[in-house]
Amino acid sequence: MKRLSWKSKKKIDSLFSFALLVVLFGLLLPCVALAADREISIALLGLEEKRHVPLSLLEPIIDDNGLAGAEQGIRDNNTTGRFTGQSYKLTQVEVKPGESLERAFKALHTQGIRLFLLNLPADQQLKLADLSEAQHSLLFNIGAHDDSLRRHACRPNLLHTLPSRAMLADALAQYLAWKRWRKWFLVVGRHPQDEAYAAALKRAAKRFGGKIVEQKKWTFEPGARRTDSGHTKAQQEVNAFTQTGDYDILLVADETDEFGEYLGYRTFRPRPVGGTQGLSPAAWSRVHEQWGATQFQRRFHKKTGRWMSERDYAAWLAVRSIGEAATRTSTSDADELRAFIMSPKFKLAAFKGGPVTYREWNGQLRQPLLVTSPRVMVSVSPQKGFLHQFSTLDTLGYDRQETDCTN
Amino acid sequence: MRLFDSTCYSLCRGSAIGLLMATCLLVSPGLRAYTIYVSSEKDNTITLVDGETYKILQKVEVGERPRGIALSMDGALLYVCTSDADHIEVLDLETLKVTHVLPSGPDPELLVLGPEGRYIYVANEDDNMVTVVDTEKREKVKEIQVGVEPEGMAISSDGKWLVNTSETTNMAHFINLETLEVEDNVLVDQRPRVAQFTTDNKQVWVSSEIGGTVSVIDVASRKIIKKIGFEIPGIQKESIQPVGIKHSKDGKLAFVALGPAARVAVIKTGSLEVVKYLLVGQRVWNMDFSPDEKQIFTTNGVSNDMSVIDRERLKVKKSVQVGRMPWGIVVRP
Repeated sequence: MKRLSWKSKKKIDSLFSFALLVVLFGLLLPCVALAADREISIALLGLEEKRHVPLSLLEPIIDDNGLAGAEQGIRDNNTTGRFTGQSYKLTQVEVKPGESLERAFKALHTQGIRLFLLNLPADQQLKLADLSEAQHSLLFNIGAHDDSLRRHACRPNLLHTLPSRAMLADALAQYLAWKRWRKWFLVVGRHPQDEAYAAALKRAAKRFGGKIVEQKKWTFEPGARRTDSGHTKAQQEVNAFTQTGDYDILLVADETDEFGEYLGYRTFRPRPVGGTQGLSPAAWSRVHEQWGATQFQRRFHKKTGRWMSERDYAAWLAVRSIGEAATRTSTSDADELRAFIMSPKFKLAAFKGGPVTYREWNGQLRQPLLVTSPRVMVSVSPQKGFLHQFSTLDTLGYDRQETDCTN
Repeated sequence: MRLFDSTCYSLCRGSAIGLLMATCLLVSPGLRAYTIYVSSEKDNTITLVDGETYKILQKVEVGERPRGIALSMDGALLYVCTSDADHIEVLDLETLKVTHVLPSGPDPELLVLGPEGRYIYVANEDDNMVTVVDTEKREKVKEIQVGVEPEGMAISSDGKWLVNTSETTNMAHFINLETLEVEDNVLVDQRPRVAQFTTDNKQVWVSSEIGGTVSVIDVASRKIIKKIGFEIPGIQKESIQPVGIKHSKDGKLAFVALGPAARVAVIKTGSLEVVKYLLVGQRVWNMDFSPDEKQIFTTNGVSNDMSVIDRERLKVKKSVQVGRMPWGIVVRP
């Protein structure tokens, strides 16, 4: 065997060190990448607004609507993260009146955040979704029920975990169809969102065999929630206001909760009240305890001292969607997460009996909706018998062929 | 004539002995007599069903929302997770009285008994813990931190592993029974409900209610060998929600309860293929075998009954009305 010369040995040595370096570097590189993938930052962007005061004295005034749900999602994700080596962080930004929302978004983008929860009106969400900074980001709508976002103005980077008004109205209408309560008396509040809710109910009436036999606008000025002997006035007003022809159920559209609570038990005819108050469709409610929701509700209540709202649930769904996708794909890249979330592989357990998934044509989360009374759950829609070729959940809201969206 | 006489004699004698034997069988507790215990979460009762006649023997009132139940080693006691009472009740099966309660942490749902018979392991959904309870000292021994909403519990008969599933974390946690530490975590499909070791302890099967699959995990390598999926013509995929799992002692067959699909899937453990779907009651969740494994009993929560499956013929032969919303089931030889 020929012995190696000193020179060639040195060459081999240096070659070896170089190889070692390459190997070490190769080993380090995924570590760096892994470190980046281990920390997943999510921002919750909202507006500093006047606090919403519910009409009922039993309802709490909520300061952290949406935020508390997102935080629960972060806690749940981090418990899983302990086993997968991923950690989740939430940054909350509330933009003050007069300040620029876009600037706040861009500042978060500069910090490296690509995952956003938007607790904002529909038009503001679209403005952000169209920014160049948003193109490789993933945005979740947790603040707007608007049907326009699901029907015409869809954006591929904007998903919706809050149900649309059409979904809510369809959920209620299916139950009313099952009850054969077909004649509806529609009472609409004074705000544009009340008109939008009423429009969704009208669409649902057509789809599921309801008939609006009477429609009236509620024009009384709202007052303070606390007044002595306030009941005498409401008793008179509602009794007079509801003297109409016969109907099966009064459906009220009062999203800002100004008067709807006054209608129950005060109508001229002995008829039930539903819609935004009374028999209400919702994605989430304190009365929901099925499919393991008990533990989920308790966990939230223990931490926050209040019940989970629909907006909290939407925020939780968004954070858990990110968590589920990040666990399955081991990535924090917004585009990859979006691709997984929109793929048939994605399924999320959300205390609704079956998996919840996203509609690929408009990014809307499809889910069963609750039909609730203030103290117990009445039903869950879709109702049995409303069939669909693909998923019965798509009998709620705008179906593929009813939108211009292709995402 | 004599011939006739003797024939008659022997015939008569034979039937007399037969009659005597039959009487003996009726009077003495024969080998095959056994009782089925069913917990009903809506009624707060344990229903006792005769294993031969399927007649309801008795209904015993227990604490609020009884769900998971398990027999003590000697079969003298029944441990009942009374979820809304936040503890485990111990039912003496001779007197049919609750003699004492064991601490479990809030909302216990499922429990398993260790192979030594002294410790029970409980999943506490509210605080992400598995609690170890000493049944002799009647106190908590240890709490083990696991994923969000721990649920399914399985123990290997060799006493090496405790496998717990966490419903929101979607994992099977492998807990070393000697150290009581989590040693490994296997990611499975969404909302894992039940874990079950095969008879030879080489595999653990985990059902995912929302994912709609059963993950077969190799215990030695902690790798998923196969995810068994289910397809039933005319049933929507979302309605197929596997929950309860039972393996036959001979290791040949496994039975998986499919919840709202109202079916039990029969799986050949060799090929890991589904060979048959049996139509049972609505929301079928848990199952147990008769001692001779010739029968399988299921609890059907929504139809308030128990289905009896003939294991040889793989046919459902009877359904028995039990309490409202039957949940857990065990058979006592």
